[in-house]
Order: sequence, then C-alpha cells, then structure tokens
Amino acid sequence: MATAENPKYKVIGTRPIRHDGADKVTGRARYGADIQLSGMLYGAMLRSPHAHANIKSIDTSKAEALPGVRAVATSADLPEQGDRVVELGEGAANMRHLTANVLARGKVLYRGHSIAAVAADNIHIAEEAIKLIEVEYELLPPVMDVVGAMAENAPVLNDDIRTESVGSAPPAKDSKPTNVAKHFLFEKGDVAAGFAEADIIVEREFDTAMVHQGYIEPHNATVLWNTDGKLTVWISTQGSFTVRQQTAELLKIPISNVKVIPTEIGGGFGGKISVYLPPVAAVLSKKTGRPVKLVMSRTNVFEATGPTPGSHMKVKLGATKDGKLVAGEAWIAFEAGAYTGSPIGPACMCVFACYDLPHGRVEGFDVCVNKPRTNAYRAPGSTHVAFATETLVNEICEKIDVDPAEFRINNAAKEGVRRVDGPVYARVGMVETVEAIKNSEHYKTALEGKYRGRGIASGFWFNCGLKSAASATVNPDGTVSLLEGSTDIGGSRTGIAMQLAEALGITAEEVIPAVGDTDSVGYCDVTGGSRVTFATGIAAIEAAKDIQRQLVDRAAMIWEVDSSHVSYSDGGVHGPDGKQLSFKEMAAKLHGTGGAVIGRGTSSEATQGGAFGTHCVDVEVDVDLGKVQILRYTAAQDAGTAIHPSYVEGQMQGGAVQGIGWALNEEYWYDEQGEMRNSTYLDYRIPTCYDVPMIDTIIVEVPDPQHPYGVRGVGEVPICPPPAAIANAIYDAVGVRMHDLPMSPPKLLAEILKK
Amino acid sequence: MSAKRVVTFTVNGDQVEILCEPRQSLLEVLRDDLDLTGTKEGCSNGNCGACTVIMDGRPVVSCLVLAVEAEGAELRTIEGVACGSTLDEVQAAFLEGAALQCGICTPGIIVQTEALLEENPNPTEDDVRFYLAGNLCRCTGYDKIVRAVQAAAEKRQVAASN
Repeated sequence: MATAENPKYKVIGTRPIRHDGADKVTGRARYGADIQLSGMLYGAMLRSPHAHANIKSIDTSKAEALPGVRAVATSADLPEQGDRVVELGEGAANMRHLTANVLARGKVLYRGHSIAAVAADNIHIAEEAIKLIEVEYELLPPVMDVVGAMAENAPVLNDDIRTESVGSAPPAKDSKPTNVAKHFLFEKGDVAAGFAEADIIVEREFDTAMVHQGYIEPHNATVLWNTDGKLTVWISTQGSFTVRQQTAELLKIPISNVKVIPTEIGGGFGGKISVYLPPVAAVLSKKTGRPVKLVMSRTNVFEATGPTPGSHMKVKLGATKDGKLVAGEAWIAFEAGAYTGSPIGPACMCVFACYDLPHGRVEGFDVCVNKPRTNAYRAPGSTHVAFATETLVNEICEKIDVDPAEFRINNAAKEGVRRVDGPVYARVGMVETVEAIKNSEHYKTALEGKYRGRGIASGFWFNCGLKSAASATVNPDGTVSLLEGSTDIGGSRTGIAMQLAEALGITAEEVIPAVGDTDSVGYCDVTGGSRVTFATGIAAIEAAKDIQRQLVDRAAMIWEVDSSHVSYSDGGVHGPDGKQLSFKEMAAKLHGTGGAVIGRGTSSEATQGGAFGTHCVDVEVDVDLGKVQILRYTAAQDAGTAIHPSYVEGQMQGGAVQGIGWALNEEYWYDEQGEMRNSTYLDYRIPTCYDVPMIDTIIVEVPDPQHPYGVRGVGEVPICPPPAAIANAIYDAVGVRMHDLPMSPPKLLAEILKK
Repeated sequence: MSAKRVVTFTVNGDQVEILCEPRQSLLEVLRDDLDLTGTKEGCSNGNCGACTVIMDGRPVVSCLVLAVEAEGAELRTIEGVACGSTLDEVQAAFLEGAALQCGICTPGIIVQTEALLEENPNPTEDDVRFYLAGNLCRCTGYDKIVRAVQAAAEKRQVAASN
C-alpha cells in the first residue's frame, strides 16, 4: 500500500497524528459558519430566477420596512470599477466583471446571480425580507451551449468582451463584442509532416458537462466594518491574502484596512478562491455598524459559485504501426460561464503533456455562456483533456495491438522533452508511474467475468511554486511555534511542521503549527496548485535554517569561541573540543543569552517540476441499465518525496473518487431556460461511501531537485486519469467507446443499444 | 411568525430548556442557541449527513428535525462522544488512520459510526459502506474512513472481551 519509511530522514516519511486532529474529531474546530459575534446580524441574498435578463428596476422598500430588517444592499452600494484589471495573486481579474459577479449591475447572466442582500436580526427574517424585494426583468434568450455561444449570431452576454488572442495584439475597442473571450494557440514542429509519418490516425470529438467541486462546507463570510474604517473578515478560504486584496479592491479601500482571519475550511478544491460574500457582508456591516454573517445554501453553492467548465473538444493523434506517437492536434472550447476566466490555458498545456510528441498543435477558446462564472477545480482543465487524449491513446493501442502500459512507457514525457506549449521537462516520473501500474498485483492479475473490463490512463499537473512565508519561535521547553499563512485544507500544517522538524532535528510533535491571519504572517499565495507542502515547506525550512544560524551564534557566545567554529547538525550545536548542546538544551538557555529566537523564511523563486499519475480500474457494466460499478481501483503517482504518506495516499484516494464521480454521475443539468434542475446533493449525486471500493495507492518517489527534500505537490494529479481510465475499462467490458461525460446510465445504455 | 415555545431535552446528559420558534430546526438550535457548533450544516435538506446527531438512540439528520420535535428527547452530539478529555475508539481511530482531511464531515460521520457500532459491533466493509452512505465526504474517497471504522470496531471488541 504505502511507501517504505524513508531511511534518509527521521521525520519525513513517518505518519504522526495531525496537530489539528483533536479539534477536528471532537467538533471543537471552528469553521466559517461557526463564527458567533456579539450583536451579529444574519444576511440573506436575493438571486436571479432567470439565466439571462436585463434588470429594469429593483424596489427594496417593502423589505426595508419589515420589522427586524436592519439593512438592504444592492450593487449601487459597491463602487464603480470601470475597466480596471487587477493582479489578484491567482491571475489578473477584470474588476468590472468581478464586482458584477458579486452583485449584478443592470444585467443577470445566470440563474442564481446575486441581486440584493438583506441583514436582519435572524436568518428567517432575512429570508422573508428578500422575498419582498421586487425586481422587474426584461428576459433575454439564454446561451447554454459552448459551441452555440461561439456562433456569429449568438446572443452576446457581455458588451465589453472581444476576443483576446493570447500572445497577440489586444483586440480593437470598436470591434463587435463576442462571447469568445480568449483564444490560445500553441504549436510545436510541423503537424502536417507529423501526421504524414503516421500509419494510424484517430480523431474524435468529446463533450464534458459542467461539474462542481462539491466541498461539503458552503461558502460563508462574517464581516465587521468598525468605526475606525477597519474591516475584519472571518471566512473559510483557500487564500486569506487574496480575499484581503479582492475585498479591498471591490470596496476601493486600502488593503491595510482589511484583516482576514481564516477559519478552518471545509474543502475547496479550487472553488474557494474567488470572493462572493465578503464585500456584500462588508456593505451591510457598514450600514448597520454591526457584524454581519452570510452563509450560502447548498443550492446557492451549486448555482452561483465557481464550478468547472463543460467543454467540447476535437482531438487527433497519429502514431506509427510500431507504436511511436508522431503528431497530435487539439481544438478545445471551454465554458467560461458568465464572465471570462475558465482554465482553458492549462487545458491547452496539459492535453499532450504526458507524451514526447514531436509535432503538435493546440487551439483553445474561453467562451461565455449563461452559467456561473467557472473556476479552478483540482488540476483545472487537465481532467477534461486527459479524458480525450487518454481514450485516443488506448484506441491507437488497440488498433496496432500494443499493450497500453507499454505504449505509454515508450512515448512518455521525460527529462529534456519539450511540451507543445514550450517548457522543457526537468526530472519527472511519468515512466515510473506507468511502470508501477504495469508491475502492480492489480495489472498482473487477470480480470474474469462477463461485462467486466479494465482500463488505464495517465494524467499530468504542473504544480506551482509562488510565494509563501513562515516564522518560527523557539520555546524554552525545546518546542517550536510555527506560524504560516497557507490555509490548511487537508493536513498541510502537519506536512509543513514535519519539514521544519526534519531541518531542526526535532520531532513533529515538538512543532506547534498554526495558520495566522493577514496581519500576523507574511504574504502567502493561495492554497492551490499543489503548492503548499512544496513552497510553504521551503519557507519553513528557511525559517529552520534561520533558527540554526541564531543558535550557532548563541552557542559561540556561551562557549566564547568564534561562530565559525560552531555548526548545527543532528538536532544540536557542535563546537570545538567535542562541545555540544542539543536543541532542547539551547532552547532552555535563550532567556539568559539575549532572549527570543525567531526564525523567518520565505519562498518565491522555486518552481516545481510537475507531477504525473497513472491509474488502473476494473469495472462491471450492467448492460440492462447502463450502470457502471467500480470493482477495483489502483492509483500510482509520483510524489517526489512523500512527507506524510497517509495524507499523500488520502489525496490520491480523494482525487480518484472525485474523478470517478465526474466520470459516471456528476453534471449540471440545465433546462432550455437555463435553470439548473439538479441543484441538490441528492440530484447532483457525488459518490457516496457505497458507490466506490477501496482505492489502492502506489506512491512513486522521484524526488524533485527543486525542493530540499524532493517534494512534489500531490493534490491535483489524481483527479485527471479516472474518466479516461473508466472509459477505457467500459470499452474493454462491452466494446463501446464513450466520448461524453458523465458516462451516466442513460448515455451508456444508448450506446450499448446502438451496437 | 408563531409564538415561541419552550422546549426541554437533554444534550450529552445535560438537561436544557430553550425558547424557540416552531420553524427552527434542531440543527439551528444546537448551533445558534446552544453553541454546539460541532454539528455541521452542509445542505439543510438531509442529503449530506454533516448534521447527524443521535436522538433517542437513533441517528437523525438534525436539519430535518424541528427543534420542537425534540421535546423530551435524549440527544447525543459530537461534543458528547469523547469521555471527558479522552477520545473514544472511533475518534482515536480516525486520527490514527488519517481518516479526515478538511474535517467538516467528520463529526457527522463519527456520530453515525457510533450508532452503527451500537447496532452492529462487528461490521463488514459492506455493512460500513451501507450505513455511512448518507454521510458525504468529498476529500477522502472514503477508503480511510471505512478502515478507521473497522479498526475502531475491532479495538472496542478487544476492550470488551478483556
């Protein structure tokens, strides 16, 4: 199951109990909605019942008159943003679109689009009040289909969007507005020449439905706008610093006026980065002088946060009959939702990223439709394109009669290979993950039984570095209090504490980690991009080295020698003539030798080498119902160096099961008017405990040379392979190739009946 | 708005008396009136199980129970699972087995597990998966949760036989 404990290290590779564990199994941990403040008011929001409409008027007078209502807010209470584009830590944002997404300005672009908000003495009064707000709409035809939205005569959502071709001159301001917000084009080699070398070419069209991250904790924010103009925001978020900046920019106040206190967070997966509620709660708090709490309903979360796009893709691959990939071409259109910003860029970069492809051409489009503005979801964009490429690879393997694992190994991306979008790989572990599957008990054991099949697929995610900061204070009893700014969604504070412990030669339990607010820690980018264990880990290691330097100076002072004769190793300081003091002994001497020792560390330059995973799945298809049962599942992934193997396995298992949900059940189901018809968990149907088997894991360790201990981020890759692996298994089981996600019973049954 | 009612029940062994509106759910009263925020709200329509509590020995989703329906009931919430400052076997197994990531579903799943082990002290993997099917977890893929439940059951069995 797991990796062997790494003998190179004392702490890394072990499985300590997480530091926040006791709070989380006793119900003591405080999440966003658990905040209770004196005088707090409860808010509710009015949301559009229509997918596309002009707002002709809003009358809030009846709501304001309801006893117990303390304030009502609309977009008129937020400042005009004009055409500003602001860098928000996770890419640049058009502020006009961002503010209109927080509270609609003159137009609603999707069902659930927020229009007005009420603060009242309790939630029930607030909910009654929003029903008293009268809105007059002028209905417009909804645009729900990504290809339809690209058509010349399609209704246009935003009058300020013109196609921006990435890497080219900006579009003319007087050109006609369009729904196609962005166009990407990447080319490598000579595609026509490449396909001319191919003995076999397969080309297919693929569709995937919009899906949601599905975190169990709804979005929330509690805001106090104090009389001194300072705001405090309590929120569960993937990035307290980006919430600070987005809130400040949306309210046009200095960032130093906003303090964000991150609570525990109940899942994010990319969906808790954009700001929806804090500016609204802020305006209501300013009007009332009291703290205001806003919490979304589950339906709000589905209809009005940031799911990940549906897509339409055409992908073509060519190979020689002896099994060498020679060329690939992809055309990818993503639903941006109401405003530009889908992960089409990463999708274009990932589509052929698992392979050494000599000739490639990738074109991508970000297209506005009347659905919520999309956002990142675990390896954003990569799962869509892996579904396409990895099913084509298996189709080629079948046609030339080559084992799909062998084919992947022979064509795998490796050190020195250039991706179609330009970058050249450093040392990566694609080959090793496929070999791990090929050599697994699972792959080597024949699958028997009628309507049963096996499939494999691989996936890639870049993993990013970005900026992190940490500080660490040595306590007199030999422990260290570690403060960092990366909100912890799945145990990262323990993974970071373990790296600090390793660097100082103390135990994981001797580090006391905490996630600080925006006024108490240095800037940290979001918890995303599989970056935290890597980059905030580096910041913690730097803080440990800073502590080491200070302890060396203190020891030199105690021993009355020059610092150059003292060194730090094996959990203590060592001086001339065999003098040594352990970390604990040094910690006890700090009060008498100059006071506190506080180490600080940052990370900003380091980038990651990328991570790969390969999965193997056995399925059984019920040919009367079209239902797919997962019988057995094995995930192999390159973790670089697994810091806490249990939580690495957990990421692989959780990602695989999210991918299984995406593959088989999950989709936004819209009617022709643009109303989402399955906006509850029961109807949207994420996998339950009863739907899936145990997920076996194989941790492959190809250390990333860009991290002191070789860490690679592990959070995102495991969602990429499942849809393709399952599609390949379905083909093996019943001889039907699926090109449309989800592969739900009606769709699969229809394909089976066509045969 | 109807008149408020006085409702009396016990929570984790303590007798409590509250004044609530008929429309308030048990979940709302536990969280907002009694500050027992370990019981979580994930959907408020009974789909996710994050608000599971034990009511008169039976697990219920507290978002679908009106507070007034709890009159005279014996309730057990996540705050009543540990024995003083000692974790019970289920809580300990979840920590040892890394059976949580974000932790928001964990209280509901632990409470549901307490009910399962009360009914069936030695559940098979299939028993566990069936009994926990109403408790959604989006982080773990359930593997480590199922293993932790079985580990807790075994530990409790061993403790009982000694």
